[in-house]
Amino acid sequence: MFGRKRKLEDFTSEIESHIQLEIERLREQGLSEEQARATARRSFGNLMHAEEHFYESSRWLWWDHFWQDVRYALRMLRKSPGFTAIAVLTIALGIGATTAIFSVVDAALLHPLPYPQPEQLVSIEDDLPGAGARDVGMSEPEWQDLRRPGIFEYISPTQFDENNLTGSSRPARVRLLIVAPNYFALLGVKPQLGRAFNPEDHSPGLLLEVLISDGLWKRAFGGDPHILDRSIRLDTDLYRIVGVMPPSFDAPGRTTEERNIEAWIATSFYGPPMSDHPPRSGRNLPTAVARLKPGLTIAAAQSRLDAFVATLQKEFPEDYPKQSAWTVRLLPLKERVVGNTRQSLILLFGAVGLVLLIGCVNVANLLLARASARGREMALRQALGAARKRRVSQLLTESVLLSLLGGIAGLAILLSAKGFLLRLLPDSLPRLNEISINLPVLLFALGASVVSGAIFGLVPALQADRLDLTPRLKQEGRGSTGSGQQARTRRILVVIEFALSLVLMVAAGLLLRSFRDLVNVRLGFTPQNVLAVRTRLPYPNDPKTDTYATPEQEAPFFRELLRRSRALPKVEEAALGDTASIPLDESLRDLKLISEGQFLFTVEGGDSQGREPAVAERSSVTPEYFHLLKMPLLRGRLFEDSDNDKAPQIAVINEAFARTYWPDQNPIGKRFRRARADSPWITVVGLIANARTESLAEAGVPKIYLDLYQTGGKRLAIFLRGNLDTAAISGEAREQVQTVDPTLPVSDPQTLSDTVSASLSERRFSMEIVALFALTALLLAALGIYGVISYMVSERTQEIGIRMALGAESSSILQMVMRQGFGLAIAGAAVGLVAALLVSQLMAGLLYGVRPADPLTFVSVALLLIGVALLACYIPARRAIRVDLLITLRHE
Amino acid sequence: MSTQDANQRLELLQGTLDLLILRTLIFGSQHGQGIARAIQETSEKELLVEHGALYPALQRLEERGWISAKWGISSNNRKARFYTLTAAGRKQLVKETNKWKRLTGAIARILGPQGAKG
Repeated sequence: MFGRKRKLEDFTSEIESHIQLEIERLREQGLSEEQARATARRSFGNLMHAEEHFYESSRWLWWDHFWQDVRYALRMLRKSPGFTAIAVLTIALGIGATTAIFSVVDAALLHPLPYPQPEQLVSIEDDLPGAGARDVGMSEPEWQDLRRPGIFEYISPTQFDENNLTGSSRPARVRLLIVAPNYFALLGVKPQLGRAFNPEDHSPGLLLEVLISDGLWKRAFGGDPHILDRSIRLDTDLYRIVGVMPPSFDAPGRTTEERNIEAWIATSFYGPPMSDHPPRSGRNLPTAVARLKPGLTIAAAQSRLDAFVATLQKEFPEDYPKQSAWTVRLLPLKERVVGNTRQSLILLFGAVGLVLLIGCVNVANLLLARASARGREMALRQALGAARKRRVSQLLTESVLLSLLGGIAGLAILLSAKGFLLRLLPDSLPRLNEISINLPVLLFALGASVVSGAIFGLVPALQADRLDLTPRLKQEGRGSTGSGQQARTRRILVVIEFALSLVLMVAAGLLLRSFRDLVNVRLGFTPQNVLAVRTRLPYPNDPKTDTYATPEQEAPFFRELLRRSRALPKVEEAALGDTASIPLDESLRDLKLISEGQFLFTVEGGDSQGREPAVAERSSVTPEYFHLLKMPLLRGRLFEDSDNDKAPQIAVINEAFARTYWPDQNPIGKRFRRARADSPWITVVGLIANARTESLAEAGVPKIYLDLYQTGGKRLAIFLRGNLDTAAISGEAREQVQTVDPTLPVSDPQTLSDTVSASLSERRFSMEIVALFALTALLLAALGIYGVISYMVSERTQEIGIRMALGAESSSILQMVMRQGFGLAIAGAAVGLVAALLVSQLMAGLLYGVRPADPLTFVSVALLLIGVALLACYIPARRAIRVDLLITLRHE
Repeated sequence: MSTQDANQRLELLQGTLDLLILRTLIFGSQHGQGIARAIQETSEKELLVEHGALYPALQRLEERGWISAKWGISSNNRKARFYTLTAAGRKQLVKETNKWKRLTGAIARILGPQGAKG
């Protein structure tokens, strides 16, 4: 493949034959053998020249040049191991870090979802913008309707649930996804063992079949190959195992919990245990995924869907009041999985790109310094006739080779540290297990290396090109010889480096302040010393077998559980709530949405304004909850024992709720009710202070607390306050719960402090990484300015010597040197501040509590940078004033 | 064929060698030495063709596809590389010949009377 078009030997033999023919002709004319040979050669002209000409015109000359350059470059790099090591290491860290972040970006954002024709997969979200609610879920009749207009191949609602798996050694909590029978056909995924659900099954109620995950199969059943057709008990009902999903299969969910489903059951979402005729307005299907008909784009599907939604609204005006402005939104399924991590990942990628760029500038600076040392070599090459193109390509080859070596070293570091790095990633990051060093990632690393090599090689190469031969050749081996031009370029590079570092440090500073503000935010509740243990009451498919069917039936269980919990050693207080009452808990987002959390209601009262449905957060708790979390009652009363399910429904609301719906009024005694025709009125009895239980970043989210004894609850959290030992309490709590009912699963305890901190895990991760990058950038910038100032000092050693000999104070010399560095730092900071202002605007969405143009951050970062610059200059400046007069003067 | 002899000959103008080679090959395939000899002899030894310069030209023409080459046996039983005019080469020859005629015609008209005197 890399052979020349025509071999040199072929050409040589042609010329030989030519000379032979010529000799023969001349002999015929009567010349002697010797004369003929001489004449033939003479008339041929310069043999060497012809051959050279042939050689150069052959097509693969660049290849020879290239190899020549590579060999030479390798020799040069070997000759200065110190320089090579520093440059390779700088690039290795840059490329390694960039590639690491890229592999995460690649897996999370760039890869299509691991299902066939992923571009046809969408997530369906229902919004009620009029009621200020997004993604409120759909109802069963709507699901049936959406199948009609021929937009979707398949639609499947999905509902995340926890469930009790009994029948193994002890009751265990499993993550369950309730889907339509067409769910796996929709995704296009087949089980590794057995079969999926029959997608055409529309029988009412639950299909008593279950598919289990590879993880559950191995953990609970030891990977038994004869698992099919065995029955397991979920809650109290028996399900037949029909299939085992492959280990690589991940459900396309929003949260970690939803991505790690362990069992799937299917239903047509009507018929017992659900309603035979689910109401159109009962949005109890939290999420839905769908596969579009082949050839339909999302935009086309959306416009057809909009038209269809409009006809439904006309058909059922009662269920879709104009004010709530019901819309159905399609978005790529991938968006749902990736969610809001996109912005953080792009930030990280930008930050690491800046670090790499700063590394490049640093290496460019090193190369320039070396280029001035190699000035004579270059001048000599030019004098000997090396063409401009060849000299530039020689230098570029050197830098790209350097950068490739750096890239290889970076990849090696990355591969060996891969396990460690993966552990640093927060669990909440989507598609974690798809991260790998695959071909695109390798190509990225290669591309990044070549591009960085070109970036940091181009400046010195073009510099070296502009040589003035005579002064160069005259300098007989005197060390450094940087021309004015070169010194200027190096100063510009340092300014760039400072500007880039400042941008990164401002970004880090803003994230740091946001994070600190979030951590120090007044929560409005006290998570310290509080543990939550979860349990779940069964939901049998046949309501007749349900021993916890009504709040009245559940109440004795709640009381007994509380009594036993309070009796546990070291427990000072205990309370019960549903899982929505666990502050800042993200793990069951969808569950909260439907059955517990978001609550569609209308308030009682005069103006029509008040009768529009609105949405608020809600949870059901026992009265001890407020005292346990130290949430002060401002007005009215809390729940009392007399408030049972026979008594009128009551609620405690927070200030934000009162301010939103009854501004400047006493909320006590006001009423509201669920946005359903037959719902009873709920009377407000108490007002509680705002607490950041829903979101750390938002101070006042309207919230309703209902009485657990009135509403009942299946997914329960037991709150325990006291100086408790997590490990010990785990077993004790389980024992107490299972003494009351041995079939109930008990989760490991979670401390509320951990929950609060986990809700910050993604922010913490991106802040830490950006801060680390910013520190690296600062270090590189300091090294850069140190290099330039040291160089300047060594250049001006004689001048300094003479000045001192003429009586200059050493302090004035020190000042002179420092002024140089200060000027560079100020210039860099000025450019950087402008750039940082632009970049910080893009980050606005990631900030909390600080403005993107926060003056404090900008000023302190600039001061820090300048301080570090001065420190880096001080070392060479000290050296300047310690110049030995005699030695420097003799130098001349 | 002395050195002096050679010095008095005309040096070829840039670009004319290609034209001469193509023209020579119109009579059939020929090897390099044959082409050189033919150019010299048809020009009544007025033109100086440095044989060494012939080969890069042949190489160039071959790369452009105007001539093709094949090893063969010469009339006196020597192995030699024979060049043949291709169809594209033939077209090129017509084009170049026309161009050359226009050029020399124009130059001749400018130089006209003076040239005749000289």
